[in-house]
Parts: sequence; structure tokens; C-alpha cells
Amino acid sequence: MIHARGLTKTFGPVEAVRGIDLDVSAGEIVGFLGPNGAGKTTTLRMLTTLLRPTSGTATVAGADLFADPAAVRRRIGYVAQGGAFAPFSPVGEELVLQARLYGMSRRQARERVTTLLAELDLPGVEERTTVTMSGGQKRRLDIAMGLLHRPELLFLDEPTTGLDPQSRANLWDHVRRLRERDGLTVFLTTHYLEEADALCDRVLIIDHGRIVAAGTPGELKSAHGARTLDDVFLAVTGRELREEAAA
Amino acid sequence: MTALAALTGHYLRASFGNKFSLAFGALQPFLYLVLFGPLFARSGVGSWEVLVPGLLVQLGLTSAGMAGFGIVFDHRFGVLERLRVTPVSRVTLLLGRVLRDTVVLLIQAVAIILVAWALGLRAPLAGVLPALLLAGVLAVGMASLSYAAALTIRQELFAPVMSTVVVPLMLLSGALLPMSLAPAWLDVVSRLTPFRYAVEGLRALFAGSYASSALLWGVVVSLAFAVVGVALGTRRFQTENA
Repeated sequence: MIHARGLTKTFGPVEAVRGIDLDVSAGEIVGFLGPNGAGKTTTLRMLTTLLRPTSGTATVAGADLFADPAAVRRRIGYVAQGGAFAPFSPVGEELVLQARLYGMSRRQARERVTTLLAELDLPGVEERTTVTMSGGQKRRLDIAMGLLHRPELLFLDEPTTGLDPQSRANLWDHVRRLRERDGLTVFLTTHYLEEADALCDRVLIIDHGRIVAAGTPGELKSAHGARTLDDVFLAVTGRELREEAAA
Repeated sequence: MTALAALTGHYLRASFGNKFSLAFGALQPFLYLVLFGPLFARSGVGSWEVLVPGLLVQLGLTSAGMAGFGIVFDHRFGVLERLRVTPVSRVTLLLGRVLRDTVVLLIQAVAIILVAWALGLRAPLAGVLPALLLAGVLAVGMASLSYAAALTIRQELFAPVMSTVVVPLMLLSGALLPMSLAPAWLDVVSRLTPFRYAVEGLRALFAGSYASSALLWGVVVSLAFAVVGVALGTRRFQTENA
């Protein structure tokens, strides 16, 4: 589903991503972990066509990232860290617009939005704005936005940051259900390592723009003789604080 | 095409939901019309037919010119990024907004012309209708550049910078007083700005001089301005990041 070789991204003198190889198979839930500023969001933005890599090659959802970004865009969903809704617009209108940008008619778009909101436990919120919603509701709404066009591959950038444990567990259930029912492939970043442990088939740890560990949570833990993924994470990325701004 | 219609319709509904912002973009030219127009018409410099075309260009600068302000919020809230991961072409993402701004400007322009008519403007309909078209072309260029500026300069600087930039552009266009009155140096500087040609082209239409070189230049320069504006705006939509 994702095959990347030697992806790099430099911003002026800063090498944010220094040559990443990635392989994600269809139907996998893969966690992409790393300290702040390690290159997680930059990598995600490259794989979702929002940033042009400085060098490397990549196929995302069967389409070449460089030669055919429009095909990549048709087949992937992307849920950004900061959400996708302005606080002053009814969410239903925004969702219908987005669906129509993927080629649905107004009627198809409305039906799709109604179905999807119900599936994500948000029935009938079309007329509301996000100001009146909880953090968990907003996150599910963002995920609905990313799923409108039935993508094969969904990118989630820190989907559970700031949510209470109930909302997080609820979001995991939704992600698992989407994979089980639709065979959706999910590539997500998170700072919650117990989340990666519980939810992900495989995790990749990135630091200083390079992948420093990869495997199933169990493999990583036994390879490092660690009890939790937190211990693995600290073993491979060190204990030094990362004060630089997240890239 | 569906995407363009969906975007334009979406933005138009939002604009009509906020009547205040519809009126606000036309406020400055409207004030000039009502509080300056009667003076101008009796000054001996020119009549309503000379002033109103200038006010339409002023409208282009204040209404379409400030259009970029809206995208600042879309950018901040992630709306822009969400649109940029769809397969819709970048030029369509820009034009959806620009067409809304153009429709809004045309509604404002018609309102100004109707009020001007009540005050004493008399111009042939055969000139006023193409003048609206020309004002629309100008609005396409102006709104596109406004979005390009909004995505280029720091967010908090957009409003002060744009509202300052439009003042010399408007004065140099001869919108308020014809540049035929200007000293040579000012006339030369004025000719370096695109709006000078738009004002004179619009005046030619309001005067019924359909075969004048002023009209030809007005059309050519305004079209070129729109093409450059859309090209720059599209570029910003393509390369915009962060």
C-alpha cells in the first residue's frame, strides 16, 4: 500500500527527513512514532502529496507520488493534527462540499455524509458547528471527513492527542472496525505508546529524520529486552529532551 | 467543472449568509459616491460618468483586493489543507473562491451604479453592461493576487499591508480625478499601474466611445492582469506549505 525508498526532505539547511524506506501492506495498521521534531509530520505530508520530497521514490496506494499525485489523492484520506473544520461553518455543509470535490453528486454526497456520521456515532450533527462539540466528537468528525470517498489508505496524524481515555478507546474501536469491515489500511502517528501497542500491527520509530526501529510491538519489546514500548522508545531515541519546534 | 461549481456555490452561500461582509466591501466606494460625488459633479472636472468608472476600480481594490482575508482563517483551521488533499486541481481550488468574489463584486457594482443613477449618472446601457464585464475581469485578477498575498505574507500583516497598498494604487489609477490633470512625472508613474488603463477603459464605455484606444488598452491590460493574477495565485496554492 505504501512503498517508499530513500525519501528525504530538506528545508533550507535543515534535513528534516534523511532517507526513509517504508513498506506498508494492505489492511495493516501501522504506528509511526518519534519524538517531537523527528520528522513524523513531514513524512506524512510527503506521503499525502502536501509536500514535495527533496529526493527519493514512493508509490502510495498504487500510484506514483511524483508522477501522479492526483491519483494518490483520490485513493487516500488524510486527517491532519489540527483538524479540518473552521469553527463558524455548519459541519454538514463542509462535509458535503468535500464529498462533491471527490466527484459525488449533491444527493450522493448528502447520503454519504448521513451514513458516515451515523457510523461514527455522530448522527444528526449536520447543522452544528464544531464549537459546540467535544474533543472526541471533533476527532470523529475529522475522520469522517477523511473517509468520505472510501479511501483504501487513511493517514491519521496524532488522532488521539488531547482526548480522554474513553474517547481514545472509542476511536481505536472505530479504527479497528474500519480495518475489519472495509480492509482499510491505516498509517497513524501518536505519542501514546500504549496506544501503538494496543492498536498497531507494526510500529516504526523515526528519529532525526531516520527510521531507527521497526517491527511488531512484541518483536521490538523482546529485541530490546523491554517490558513496554515506552522502554523501547527511550532505548532507541535516548532520554535527551527535544526542545526544538516540531517539524 | 462539478468541483468548481460546488466550491463557488459553497462560498456564495457563506457570503450571502453574512450580509454585513457583502456591504462592507463596497462601503468605501459608496461613501465616495455619496459624499464626494456631488462635489465632483459640480467641480467642472468631470461628471458622474467620469467618477463612477473610477469608483468601480476602487471597488475592485477594496472588495476583491481584501478577499484574501478569508483564506487566512481557512489556512489556520486546516480547511485549506483538507481541500489540498483532494484530487481537485489547484487552479480550481483558487477559482472557486475567485468566482465567488467576482459575483460579490458585480452585485456591489450594480448597487453602486443604481445609487449613482439616482444621483444623476446617465450612461448608455450598451456601455454599462460591458463595463461590468470588464470590472469582473479586474476582480478575477485582484482577488487572485489577494489570495497569493494572503498565503505569502504573515497572517497578521495581511490586513494592514493590503489596506495600505490599495491607497497608492487607487490614487495612481486616476479613479478619483482624471490623470489628464496630473503633472508629467505623476502621469508616468500612473501609467506603470494596471488600474490606470482599467479606469480609462471603463470611462470610455460609460461615455459610449466603443472604438477608442482607451477601451482597447483597458481590455488588454485588464485581461493580462487577470491572467498574471490567476497564475500567481495558482502557484501559491501549489507550493503553499506549513
